[in-house]
Amino acid sequence: MATTLDHTIAQRQHNWLSAIVASQTFWVLIAVILACIFLSFSTDSFATTKNLYNITRNVTFVAIIALGMTLVIITGGIDLSVGSVLCLCSMVLAVTMHAGYSIEVGIAVTIATALGIGLFNGILIAYLGFPPFVVTLGMLSIARSLAMVASNNTVVFQFGPDHDKLLALGGGAWLFGIANPVLYMVVLALLTGFVLRWTKFGRHIYAIGGNEHAATLTGVPVRPLKVAVYMISALSAGVAGIIQTGWLGAVTTNIGAGMELQVIAAAVIGGANLAGGIGTAFGALVGAALIEVIRNSLGLLGINAFWQGAFIGGAIILAVLFDRIRNLRQSE
Amino acid sequence: MALLELTNISKHFGAIQAVNDISLSLEAGEVTGLMGDNGAGKSTLVKMIAGNFRPSHGTMRMEGTDLVLHKPVDARRHGIEIVHQDLALCDNLTAAANVFLGRELRVGMGPFGVLDYASMYKRAGQIFAELKSETRPRDLVKQMSGGQRQAVAIARTMLSQAKIVLMDEPTAAISVRQVAEVLNLIRLLRDQGLAIVLISHRMPDVFAVADRVVVMRRGRKVADKKIAASSPEEVTGLITGAIEQV
Repeated sequence: MATTLDHTIAQRQHNWLSAIVASQTFWVLIAVILACIFLSFSTDSFATTKNLYNITRNVTFVAIIALGMTLVIITGGIDLSVGSVLCLCSMVLAVTMHAGYSIEVGIAVTIATALGIGLFNGILIAYLGFPPFVVTLGMLSIARSLAMVASNNTVVFQFGPDHDKLLALGGGAWLFGIANPVLYMVVLALLTGFVLRWTKFGRHIYAIGGNEHAATLTGVPVRPLKVAVYMISALSAGVAGIIQTGWLGAVTTNIGAGMELQVIAAAVIGGANLAGGIGTAFGALVGAALIEVIRNSLGLLGINAFWQGAFIGGAIILAVLFDRIRNLRQSE
Repeated sequence: MALLELTNISKHFGAIQAVNDISLSLEAGEVTGLMGDNGAGKSTLVKMIAGNFRPSHGTMRMEGTDLVLHKPVDARRHGIEIVHQDLALCDNLTAAANVFLGRELRVGMGPFGVLDYASMYKRAGQIFAELKSETRPRDLVKQMSGGQRQAVAIARTMLSQAKIVLMDEPTAAISVRQVAEVLNLIRLLRDQGLAIVLISHRMPDVFAVADRVVVMRRGRKVADKKIAASSPEEVTGLITGAIEQV
């Protein structure tokens, strides 16, 4: 044998550089950086502390849910209910605390609500074989309706004895002037990235998305894992809801409306493949960042806000177009 | 004593009787060719041995003790490995990840262990070398040839000290040269003292490598004899029903 065994084992299809350059996430990241550089020079208001503080904080709510959504998308599923779940969870938190309970009780009840919804979605999808699209579309309607029932469709802006604690949790900046939501996002992203790369759970999620039948045959506990993934997705919406409530200081029954589409867009722009098997935590953040930079820059450049949808939609198609071109070249 | 002894095994799905009252014994160091037309019950029988299905009736005994399998993991624990017809590979994962799918190596404490990439790459590389395959552990399965994919699927069976390897149509969709490789591999496993069950439609392959041939038709076993005492013509007759039973 010309090559030793160790050499064969060490051989890769790509070195680290070509692997990075070949990834969609990398190019979207470049786009984000270029856009930021361009905006710093062309506007006076972009590279100000206040605007950067705003951007980073605005990114977080979509980004945190996109982390959960990425797990769902990796398994080949989809969760359309996250916007409504965010609304319901915010409302449960608001109503509980308004009724005089402490913030700890409020958060516990909220997280239990989120996990309960995820469990319901997951069981229907994994054990009863419902298409994820249908179950979560139903939940999109149900959760928002429940939020209206819980609040009688009013705005809640008084959160009982722990009112100030909740506002500090979401609106404060405890570390180096970085907005709290950003800290939560970074911690959750690191956690998600670690789980995907280094745990059996993460490996099995990729396997389910790659070939669910093969995963079942090789003894991967496919059904419990799918339930877990939908619970995590709902949990991420619940966590984002808690933080957003603290930041906004008020909850209405229309928060998070249409958010599921932004979240899915962030995941897809960041490189997650809706066919399953591909996606990263970092990609979810980068995708969310690109969407927010587009929104922010249109405002700063004085472009009519009605154009926002066109630019974000264009970004989705462009990001996936790069991926398609690469695949076409590979298959030739 | 037989390595694996099936006694009066039946399996029905609702009204459909897929496997009907089959008794079969597997010996160590023997290749058993399992033949039959589509729908004869070959795959169902093999999936019961592999723990994918539970028999409706009948018993399985391994090395003299009763064998009850609830899921594929149970079968593996008893040293029963299967190579599925579609190979059951995840295209989006590396060769090593596929070899270790469902039994990943970890380092660290109990439930907090992290994936042990280094050891998995190393072990997978050693197995591919044993199989004389050019497959590289870090390559994505997506970009592999049919023969390499086969090697990945077979490498799975060599992770643990297997006693029985079930192969479902391993030579169905690969090139002539690769068929020869796979048949050599089967001989290699047999010489290590494993019992091999080879499901195949390809008469030449079965006669080239098997020691014994079992023929199934409509869920029943219609023949079970030494390969030397049979002939392709007889087996064809048994498969089609031209010969009722021997």
